[in-house]
Amino acid sequence: MPNPLITAVQNSAPLLAPELALDARGVARRFGARWVLRGVNLQVRAGEMVGLLGHNGCGKSTFMRIVATLLKASAGDCFVYGANVKTEGDDVRHHVGFFSHIPGLYDDLSARENLAFAATMLGFPSADIDAALERVGLTHVMHEHVRGFSAGMQRRLSLARLILQRPRLLLLDEPYNNLDVAGISLMNGFIRELNAAGGAAVVVLHDLVPAQGVLDRTVTIRDGRVHTPSTADLRHDGVSPEAITAPAGAAGIS
Amino acid sequence: MAFRDDLRRTRAIVWKDLTTERRSKAGFNAVASLGVTILVLFGLTLGPDTPALRAAAAGALWLAVLFAGVLAFNRSYQVELDGGALEALLLYPGSRWAIFAGKLIANLIFVTAMLVIVVAVGIVLFQVVVPAQWPALVGVMMLGVIGIVALGTFYAAMSSRSRAREVLLPLLLYPMLIPVLLASTTATKVLLNGDLMHEAGAWVQMLSAFDVIFLVATFLAFEYVIEV
Repeated sequence: MPNPLITAVQNSAPLLAPELALDARGVARRFGARWVLRGVNLQVRAGEMVGLLGHNGCGKSTFMRIVATLLKASAGDCFVYGANVKTEGDDVRHHVGFFSHIPGLYDDLSARENLAFAATMLGFPSADIDAALERVGLTHVMHEHVRGFSAGMQRRLSLARLILQRPRLLLLDEPYNNLDVAGISLMNGFIRELNAAGGAAVVVLHDLVPAQGVLDRTVTIRDGRVHTPSTADLRHDGVSPEAITAPAGAAGIS
Repeated sequence: MAFRDDLRRTRAIVWKDLTTERRSKAGFNAVASLGVTILVLFGLTLGPDTPALRAAAAGALWLAVLFAGVLAFNRSYQVELDGGALEALLLYPGSRWAIFAGKLIANLIFVTAMLVIVVAVGIVLFQVVVPAQWPALVGVMMLGVIGIVALGTFYAAMSSRSRAREVLLPLLLYPMLIPVLLASTTATKVLLNGDLMHEAGAWVQMLSAFDVIFLVATFLAFEYVIEV
């Protein structure tokens, strides 16, 4: 006769396992005859912050766009909090916040109108807009058209959109581009806040220095697959190994 | 609840498209100017022959709407592509049809506003006598515009990711619009002539049928053309 206690523990085992925010299994993508991704396997647990490295054209952004449902994988499966990106795109989009190097703003709308539009599309209360603008330091230009914003200001406004959304899985594609020191600090503050709330993040980086202290581990994409980078790999990808051996960024990097 | 959320998204897209257009004004000025220029060129070619002008009025009017409309459809997605906003739009949760509906309604309002100008200029230039059945004429014009805008918005979305989208859109759109243009032009011509043989009804039925088919087909297929 089976021990009821053991049976109960066995039954509860999946509940005790850490929830996977992202589960990519053999994700591949080709453009024409060229395979950019050849089978990416990457698991990111809820609450985990992962840096994604690799040289230009290795497929980092392609992978991020597949996870964000902006691009279809040619092969393989990818799940975001259990939802399949191919077949349950709408569920995935409820969880994912994507911050790319393209701001995705409307030039002829003001900063506040851009956020109001985003809030309506996301189904979030517009009451948080002013707080988000204040947090990214754009309150003084909230009624000005985005056309007159610098690249850095546009990045801050995109960040405000993410703050409104508060996604469970954050996909950041080179998030520190065009940001000044205060902007980098804002970005890291947001990532840490999300982390504290149990959210996960995948961050595409060329330079690990700005992300020190926010990443749990880094992986690299090479030859269309994910690897755990060695010091030599990092040097090959143009990343200074010293940056991740610094105390603030060393946690969890193998 | 999800349906209401999608309706809210549709309203937001309509507001955003019309607000950006109202502020930039570049699109409407270009589209309305093209429509009027086509009418003026037609009028100049036909000369001061009143019967000839009136006979050609319906064709000239729909030709102006067609060419100016293509410019408008291309522009409606250009606004999204400029700052990479199309990606942001696709990243929002919700049904894809809400995006299409928003774009469709905004284009409908935009093209209707252009139609008002084109019709006013056309009445003067082509010496058109407004018929007693003018409400039916307005109905035909609206049905024609709905057909053109439904297909135009759909094919503009399809060609929006292509580098040759300005060339691709007319190539895709014009052949598909033949039944709508045929029905619209003939019904307009018949109504302008007083509809003595009661022919307009058949053309209006045909136009309505094509509108329904195009609207249903484009709403169902939009999700697949906007995905990569």
